Amino acid sequence: MGWFERTYNRIKKKGKKTIDIPHGLWTKCTNCSQLIYNKNLEENLRVCPKCNYHFYLGVRERIEITLDKNSFNEYNFKINSDDPLNFPGYKEKLSKNEKKTGLDEGALIGEGKIGKIPITVGVTDFRFMGGSMGSVVGEKITLVIEKAMEKRHPLLLISGSGGGARMQEGVISLMQMAKTSAAVAELKKEGLLYISLLTHPTMGGVMASFASRGDIILAEPGALLGFAGPRVIKQTIKQQIPKGFQQAESLLKHGGVDLVVERSKIRSTLIRILDFTLS
Amino acid sequence: MAENRYSLDFEKPIMELERKIEELKGLTAEEGLDLSEEVSRLQSRLRKLEKDILSHLTPWQKVQLARHPNRPKSLDLTELIFDDFLILHGDRLYSDDQAIVGGLAKLGEEKLVFIGHQKGKSIKENLFRNFGMAHPEGYRKAQRLMNLAEKFNRPVLTFVDTPGAYPGIEAEERGQAEAIAANLERMSQLRVPILVIIIGEGGSGGALGIGVGDKILMLENTIYSVISPEGCAAILWKNQEKVKEAAKALRLTSKDLLNLKLIDEIIPEPVGGAHRNVEQTALNIKKAIIKHLGELKRLSPEELVKKRYEKYRRIGRFKRG
Ligand SMILES: [Zn+2]
Repeated sequence: MGWFERTYNRIKKKGKKTIDIPHGLWTKCTNCSQLIYNKNLEENLRVCPKCNYHFYLGVRERIEITLDKNSFNEYNFKINSDDPLNFPGYKEKLSKNEKKTGLDEGALIGEGKIGKIPITVGVTDFRFMGGSMGSVVGEKITLVIEKAMEKRHPLLLISGSGGGARMQEGVISLMQMAKTSAAVAELKKEGLLYISLLTHPTMGGVMASFASRGDIILAEPGALLGFAGPRVIKQTIKQQIPKGFQQAESLLKHGGVDLVVERSKIRSTLIRILDFTLS
Repeated sequence: MAENRYSLDFEKPIMELERKIEELKGLTAEEGLDLSEEVSRLQSRLRKLEKDILSHLTPWQKVQLARHPNRPKSLDLTELIFDDFLILHGDRLYSDDQAIVGGLAKLGEEKLVFIGHQKGKSIKENLFRNFGMAHPEGYRKAQRLMNLAEKFNRPVLTFVDTPGAYPGIEAEERGQAEAIAANLERMSQLRVPILVIIIGEGGSGGALGIGVGDKILMLENTIYSVISPEGCAAILWKNQEKVKEAAKALRLTSKDLLNLKLIDEIIPEPVGGAHRNVEQTALNIKKAIIKHLGELKRLSPEELVKKRYEKYRRIGRFKRG
């Protein structure tokens, strides 16, 4: 959360006199520093009214603004992360992330309706260990793809994953890329629609598997999207990275996504796509 | 291997003893002294030393061995394994990636399509091969070759040896992630056998991009990892001195991966590592190829695809609540 959103409880006013702002009432825009009243920010779907910066949106909120009201039913498979490698600090990190986010893992799957059209949906949550794909996230994404095939519904996967793989699960995590991709391939063979929505950030193993292979790919404005992280690239090429590199708009220019869509237009865009593919 | 005197720290005592043996042999020839007893005594000491050192390697030492500059690279091995190999070039979209090589190969009566990462052994070669780090073009060339294999009903053999897919500006702009992801999908559906062998470094998504198959084998002293130990140490401990701990924690050795049931078999290396006897290494690989392709050829295309799907479908470790 700290990367994207900082709530300040003390700020300086023009006349050097400090004023107290109750914590949690205001949010300072990460991009333009504008102070935004939280209620206004929520009403604006967590998009800065001044500069259009798209703030992070949690999985539940994402479902709420994308799907028809109260149409979502979560698939409850009840699977939780194990620590197969006995990796130093992993168990502690998992329970810390559970407490911090109130989520049991980095992905939420289920079914619902968009514009009254039934759809299966999977969302990865950046807040839970960076939205990285360990066994549970890989399994959930695979399960939701299989559900889409079973029900013959279109599939919407909404990604937000900083690093992609979860290194604490080693090659087991890496293989989730192969597993989810195999499921995507099966889905396509069945002739079912798969829409991928890329949100900030979608990188690494998630981007190099299911996320970049939708029949139609949408991205939110300003989202960082790519394979290697900017830090790694900078270290490798020993040069400055051009402005806007790996941002959704740059991918649009280079042919990597179909559309960059403002948050407020995502739902209506999805309805237009779904309508096109329905017989 | 006279031109390649590079040795790792833990190889130094071996190199030292070897030099001594050479010296004594030289004396025998030049001075007419009979030192054969001393030579054979030192030779058996050398064999014991090699065994001792190599059987007690730490995961970090295995990483170094897997990245050893003198280790045989794809083209060294194809030269020794195949009876014929016609290298094909280009992805038909942008360029010909030198970090991935491939083409039509013949191994006895068996005709197959080969695809492999290609590292260099010298700085010059490595600059040409981009240190075995492919751009999207490499993965797209690989897919073109896979499609050829399917069209003519020939199995696919891949050699994995890469630090990872290239992290660069152009690679990103041309869709590095998409190129890898497309291969994962394609390989999961390919209607011919795919045999994957890790011959050096299996670096994350860049390795997996040509690494999905029916059987995954690893040479004994190779590694396969989701992130480099250096990268892991930097992210988790913010400390490069922790790379040895990272190498251990990541479970990246061939033995680790066999125990985790993520690979199917380990191909033994000659004492001292693949680079100490390239011919023997190639022979061991060849035997494994013949055995596994023989088995896989018995399966119908439908069985192959179904079994491959199930193989990957099973991977994952979690608690059911
Ligand atoms: Zn703003």
